[in-house]
Amino acid sequence: MKILRLLIVFVVLLFHVHAYALDVAEYTLKNGLKVLILEDHKAPTATFQIWYRVGSRDEDIGKTGLSHLLEHMMFKGTKTHGPKTFSQAIQRAGGTDNAFTSKEYTGYFELLASDRMGLPIELEADRMRNLVLTKEAVLSERDVVMEERRLRYEDDPQSLVYEEAMAVAFMNHPYRWPVIGWMSDLRDLNPEDLINHYRTYYAPNNAVIIVVGDVRKEEILSKVTDAFGDIPAGPLIKAVKIEEEEQRGERRFYVKKEAELPFIISAYKVPDIKHADSFALEVLGSILSEGKSSRLYQKLVYEQQIALSAWASYEGFHKDPFLFLTGATAASGKNIEDVEKAINDEIEKIKKTPPSDREVQRAKNQIEASFIMGQDSIYMQARMIGSFEMIGGWRLWERYLEGIRKVSPEDVRRVAEKYLVSDARTTGILIPVRDGKK
Amino acid sequence: MMKKMRPLILLLICSITLFIPLSYAGGIADREVLANGITLLHAEKTGLPLVTVVIAVKAGSIAEPAEKSGLANLTADLLNEGTKTRSSKEISDAIEFVGGSLDASGGTDYVTVSLSVLKKDVGLGFDLLSDIILNPAFSEAEIQRRKTSIKNSIIQQKEEPGIIAAKAFAEAVFGKNPYGRPVEGTEVSLDRITREEIITFHQEHYLPNETIMTVVGDISKGELHALLDRYFMNWQRRECKELSLPEPAFGEKPQVVKIQKTLAQANIILGHLGIKRDNPDYYAVSVMNYILGGGGFVSRLMDNIRDNKGLAYDVHSSFSASKYAGSFQAGLQTKNESANTAIGEIFKEIERIRTEPVSDRELNDAKSYLTGSFPLRIDSNKKIAGFLTAVEYYGLGLDYVDNYRKLIEAVSKDDVLRVAGKYLNTNSYVLVVVGDLEKAALKY
Repeated sequence: MKILRLLIVFVVLLFHVHAYALDVAEYTLKNGLKVLILEDHKAPTATFQIWYRVGSRDEDIGKTGLSHLLEHMMFKGTKTHGPKTFSQAIQRAGGTDNAFTSKEYTGYFELLASDRMGLPIELEADRMRNLVLTKEAVLSERDVVMEERRLRYEDDPQSLVYEEAMAVAFMNHPYRWPVIGWMSDLRDLNPEDLINHYRTYYAPNNAVIIVVGDVRKEEILSKVTDAFGDIPAGPLIKAVKIEEEEQRGERRFYVKKEAELPFIISAYKVPDIKHADSFALEVLGSILSEGKSSRLYQKLVYEQQIALSAWASYEGFHKDPFLFLTGATAASGKNIEDVEKAINDEIEKIKKTPPSDREVQRAKNQIEASFIMGQDSIYMQARMIGSFEMIGGWRLWERYLEGIRKVSPEDVRRVAEKYLVSDARTTGILIPVRDGKK
Repeated sequence: MMKKMRPLILLLICSITLFIPLSYAGGIADREVLANGITLLHAEKTGLPLVTVVIAVKAGSIAEPAEKSGLANLTADLLNEGTKTRSSKEISDAIEFVGGSLDASGGTDYVTVSLSVLKKDVGLGFDLLSDIILNPAFSEAEIQRRKTSIKNSIIQQKEEPGIIAAKAFAEAVFGKNPYGRPVEGTEVSLDRITREEIITFHQEHYLPNETIMTVVGDISKGELHALLDRYFMNWQRRECKELSLPEPAFGEKPQVVKIQKTLAQANIILGHLGIKRDNPDYYAVSVMNYILGGGGFVSRLMDNIRDNKGLAYDVHSSFSASKYAGSFQAGLQTKNESANTAIGEIFKEIERIRTEPVSDRELNDAKSYLTGSFPLRIDSNKKIAGFLTAVEYYGLGLDYVDNYRKLIEAVSKDDVLRVAGKYLNTNSYVLVVVGDLEKAALKY
């Protein structure tokens, strides 16, 4: 199997000037734990990451925010290693550690000198099953997350609009609630639910290890097998399978909140990156939004000067169809209606006339260059491998650039016409109110 | 300035803590001073077909007159908005067509112009780089456009409590010293700046002998010198006036700045003047601050206020040690009702580290992290470029990687106690609170 994989890599190298194929070694332990290792010897450092296939999409109404709160609790100590020791041990070894939770996954990472990789391997194996979750500790950390929510959402007007856009765009899919959870769900949280969440999802057969850096794959694999190999597989987890109901007309909402500048966000239903149209959607996003030569910047920010910033983004890194977003912050004294019209005019324009060859080529060059530039960082490489792996397999990453290269100007026009339609749009507008007067 | 442009990537992911990347790195570079005075640092890295250039010109806001606050930043901001032969759009289109980036940004001490390109496009990159630094057009239309945009950003900052607090803190701590002024200026000061002043500022401060150029990536010495000869040798050396900055002073008594905003949280910053970067106590201060509030999850502030009391998500302390002045601050955000408790706990922790020796374990853990994490500070081209620029600007020497370890390892428990007593102050301080003051009912 391995020889075959190397052959494929070699063939890809022969056909393209740039080496885009990734020399990722893939293994699966008997308990179902997948291990992906990419050797990168540029500097004597490495990152160890473990990603669990659980995120806010796996939660239930009334119990939102469990995945993210559990991410916090994972730093609280195990039966073997007492409370507060995880980060202490990593930092003592000159490392840094942190974690992230999304709608699709929960990931933990350490970065440290590559000769110290034994430590995170041992600690991550330990906390996969041995976490101590007391009621008191859960409720105290719940308070921390409520503060986090106040910081990131309650006191950030644009984030509130984003959060509500998700809630309005999705009707029956769990994508509708925020990763951090609703405030009232956090307030009424039952620690038992959190413990069940941990027992259900934190098992080797629901996890992927990703190691990138100055390591030897045989050595890492052997250490990982020693530390994780004896952890029994958990029961099979059935995947959440929900299809969002068809949207039959534009949805609009307003957020009135203390703020200085009006803000708009629009979300269109689009397929995820496994779909053949995803490449053209990515190029479309780039043409509209990537850099100062992009259409939205040139029109709204530079020429008309009606917006402080304007952007578009294809959000395809999801298991289920997600969204193409556009947004803008109005300049002081400008009407948000004019900003909305200007964005929609740009979208209508690209639906009628395909972009120029040069624009499409620029977008392709930007996407390919950012792929190479991303390899400057071992952390970013591991994040990319993980993001693709969670959605449909890390090999999608290699195919992704192939797909991008094939996009034609007409493809871009076609996907704009197909997906950026007002009936599949959700638009939210922030209306600033003066401080103190609600 | 472009902070809010793509907020979504950040929003999709919630982390256990604010992820603050470490930046610092060291050692492995060649240094030379070119004929026209440019200080060149070069590290050849052939792993990837990439070249990163960071140019630091000592033309930051500390060099501008107080009444023209924002002049240095505006000048930097205008560099890639048109040259004598290229329009703003032509510049962005040229660099973006090859998937590269070319950014200019202001700062207090120096202006940073950075280029990132694939190796095959390095000629184009240097052409653009030299054109925007040497031949900016500063057209009236672009000046008006950027002024409006910066003013809009300043307006938008008023909806960010953290920025409101940080600005008020800097102003209160540094007073008339330029570190007390916002780099981007104010809505009023920007209106006072004329095109002539921008041109003059550029002529007087954008000088090769005031410039550090750091080049990291897949480029040999020979290739680099050929590009420099072609694109940067016409840049003429010129004498530059020595900076003389007013020395900031500690206040006589505590200064409390309360700013009313209808918010769910009180944003709190407590601190005072700190140390300059060349202070020999910098390393003992680094160890001390790591234990107090710089060490992320393992710091005392985090342990007490977040882990034990659940009062805040982000709790930290830091010493910002610049060339001409520095500050210390501890900061957090907590629901308005908990503001008094949280401030009280910050005071307690500061007082504790001022008066009681830290434990052997705390000291060893701090030193072990600070020295052991050094490889992470130089493990990418981008990090190396940033690190080398700082090493040169602060005169740390290319052997800093080794020296740093020795300097940190030499710090003792007595040093920690001594510098805590000397550089932390619970009698004279600035306390800034932005939040719902009625709910917070501050005792301070």
